[in-house]
Amino acid sequence: MKYLHLIWAALFRRKTRTILTIVSIVAAFLLFGMLDSVRTAFETGSTSAVGARRLVTSSRYSIIQPLPQALQNRIAAIPGVRKVGYANWFGGIYQDPKNFVFSYAISPEYLDLYPEIELAPAQRKAFDATRTGAVVGRTLAKRYGWKIGDKIPLQSTIFPQKNGDKTWPMDIVGIFDVSKDAANGLDQALFFHWTYFNEANAYGQGTVGWYIDELSDPSQADQVANRIDALSANSPNETKTQTEQAFQASFAKQIGNIGLIVVGIMGAVFFTLVLLAGNTMAQAVRERTSELAVLKTIGFSRGSVLMMVLAEAVLLLVLGGLIGLGIAAALGPLVTKGSGGLVNLPSLGLSTWMTGMALMIVIGLLVGVLPALRGMRLNIVDALAGR
Amino acid sequence: MSTFKRFLVNIGLFAGLMVAVAVWAAMPWIGAVVLGVLVLLWLALARSGRRTLSVTQVGLSTLRQRIGASSVIVIGIAGVVGVLVALLAMAEGFQSTLQRTGSDDTAIVLRGGSQAELNSVLSRDNVDVITQAAGVARDASGKPIASPEVVVVANLPKKSDRSIEANVQIRGVGDQAWKLRPNVRIVDGRRFKPGLRELVVGQGAQRQFAGLEVGRSLRLGGQEWTVVGTFVAHDSHDSELWGDVQTVASAYRRGSSVQSVTAKLTSPSAFDAFKAALSSDPRLKVDVSTTRTYFAKQSENLTRTLRIVGLVVGIIMAIGAVFGALNTMFAAVATRSREIATLRAIGFRSVPVVVSVMLETLLLAALGGIVGGLVTWLIFNGYTASTLGSNFSQVVFQFRVTPNLLWNGLKWALAIGLIGGLFPAVRAARLPVTTALRES
Repeated sequence: MKYLHLIWAALFRRKTRTILTIVSIVAAFLLFGMLDSVRTAFETGSTSAVGARRLVTSSRYSIIQPLPQALQNRIAAIPGVRKVGYANWFGGIYQDPKNFVFSYAISPEYLDLYPEIELAPAQRKAFDATRTGAVVGRTLAKRYGWKIGDKIPLQSTIFPQKNGDKTWPMDIVGIFDVSKDAANGLDQALFFHWTYFNEANAYGQGTVGWYIDELSDPSQADQVANRIDALSANSPNETKTQTEQAFQASFAKQIGNIGLIVVGIMGAVFFTLVLLAGNTMAQAVRERTSELAVLKTIGFSRGSVLMMVLAEAVLLLVLGGLIGLGIAAALGPLVTKGSGGLVNLPSLGLSTWMTGMALMIVIGLLVGVLPALRGMRLNIVDALAGR
Repeated sequence: MSTFKRFLVNIGLFAGLMVAVAVWAAMPWIGAVVLGVLVLLWLALARSGRRTLSVTQVGLSTLRQRIGASSVIVIGIAGVVGVLVALLAMAEGFQSTLQRTGSDDTAIVLRGGSQAELNSVLSRDNVDVITQAAGVARDASGKPIASPEVVVVANLPKKSDRSIEANVQIRGVGDQAWKLRPNVRIVDGRRFKPGLRELVVGQGAQRQFAGLEVGRSLRLGGQEWTVVGTFVAHDSHDSELWGDVQTVASAYRRGSSVQSVTAKLTSPSAFDAFKAALSSDPRLKVDVSTTRTYFAKQSENLTRTLRIVGLVVGIIMAIGAVFGALNTMFAAVATRSREIATLRAIGFRSVPVVVSVMLETLLLAALGGIVGGLVTWLIFNGYTASTLGSNFSQVVFQFRVTPNLLWNGLKWALAIGLIGGLFPAVRAARLPVTTALRES
């Protein structure tokens, strides 16, 4: 640490070169921050402790097959299940087919299963008391300028009402916030009563899309899931129960192997970066041959010269990398806000920061090692003589 | 004063550069060819051009000593172009797969407002009205060439990893479906027999999902089905399983309702009459579109998303590459400062010096662009991938690295080279001759 000023001075000996290199590093880590947070948002759902307690029960055959609502009481009776709610995908649009709304018809218990949804108690009461009531996430409300008390015509791309009308009038009775550990996109959801949906729906009465089962003990997930699936084994409505996280992950995998794409892109980026920063470091050490020789002459050991050059390389990477990740962290919420939630760039998670830091240090060591060895092996006499 | 003047000149240079890059981005390939020919003519014929050429040759002859630094430009730009072209090739492949599926002389009818087949419901009465409507082509025996279809989604294990289940689309088709889509050919086995629980499998689906070989049986909707054939369509139907419409509907308890009707029209111009006939019929509330518009629309969202992602990633990577190129070329100019000063001292003007540094950068950039494009083409052209389509099921498609994409990649490469080369070139021209000569 006491050599920090020396390393710093060496790093900024050639300001232009160092700054140009740092900008390249910033670009690389900005990209890393953005892509990695998109990847994590896709691959993991809610990270809350409650999320680990939730199971999703859906049709074994496919997600579009509905399940009978009568299953609720039978699942609730299974030991290890604390509470059961259900939901139906509504496929809502608002005014124009382009304005897609993530809307769900839910059972009364559903909101209790998601403590990530923070709804004021008074609004919750109003929701429970209003047949056509709906609660919406704050981001969604902002996007369309909805306020409490508004009556909105929500259309469904899937479900017409019994009278053939595709427009379902709803009353906004609550606007909820979501806690930090909520799944991405929850603040853009709209929830309304399944009973309203079921009464007016033209087809498929008494059916639900999926069940959410809260466990009393998360470590019992597998056993409880098997017990739930055993309820409907060999019936026309066989079910498949999995943890919420597994359910989300299987969805993400269907969209594509996002992890592989991100790794592919970042591989190309970091390969170039190693070359670029390595070149900068090599130049820096070549230029300073005589200075390093002087350092050795006045008593710096071979080891400390090695460490100083390595530290310089790591410092270069960490400086650029932190700026890059910082920009990515600031940019995410800014873009999300600026586009009114239309583009949802999640903010950087802890795992992204940690991976980023590890990458900075590893790449720093990688690009520093050859120049550092060269500096260490310098022959003082030759170097001072300029040979 | 002189620093202020220099500052103004730099600002001017920067503005000019932005304009040049914008013009370059909008330029069609023919314009670029003309520009290239003009530059070559100037190099070969004009006096200053010939001088530029000789200065460039001197620069290039010393390139070998700067091979490490120069490869930063080549590989950096190759990375940008490679990633950009790969992402755009994905969008291109998905779009063309869906666009090929449609044509102008077939129309698809869905319940009003449903957007995708999966959301739609049409009753048996509706189907009869639609197939008898004006404009529908008829076969030799006078039957309308139209297929009422049911689309359901089933979970099947992926071939790559059997523990992953993904959605596959099962299409129940009417008996006219084969006449309606003459591009669908059975390549193995036979067609399914109406009334039996038999399926034919698209080639793409067969490659993606496990257990779909001819002769295998699988459980769908709680019943056993047999795979009796494989078909090739070279469009998005390749990702589907086909069975008899009534058998599929009854297995999934759909009663007599279907989800869509696809009809062959007597000619593309008959579409307007067909649409008018259906829209004015009070018994129907349907959306009518040609299959070309329908499938083009299905690809719109994902294609646009992929293009935007490609551009954003490309731009950020390009910024990194520009600074890498600047770094390399500044260093190159610095190491050659004596040489450049000597040239200036013996009478070379600044234009040949500026242009020669630019040419060197552009040459390295072009090399990077070609390498990046070529590598992407070798790895990804025809690469098969699948994603979730708008019917909530896997659509198999192939990456398409088109010549147009490669040309775009090269344009990006040269733009990066232009930006990365200009400032070092200007610095080379501004080198004070006397001090540069004296420096060791």
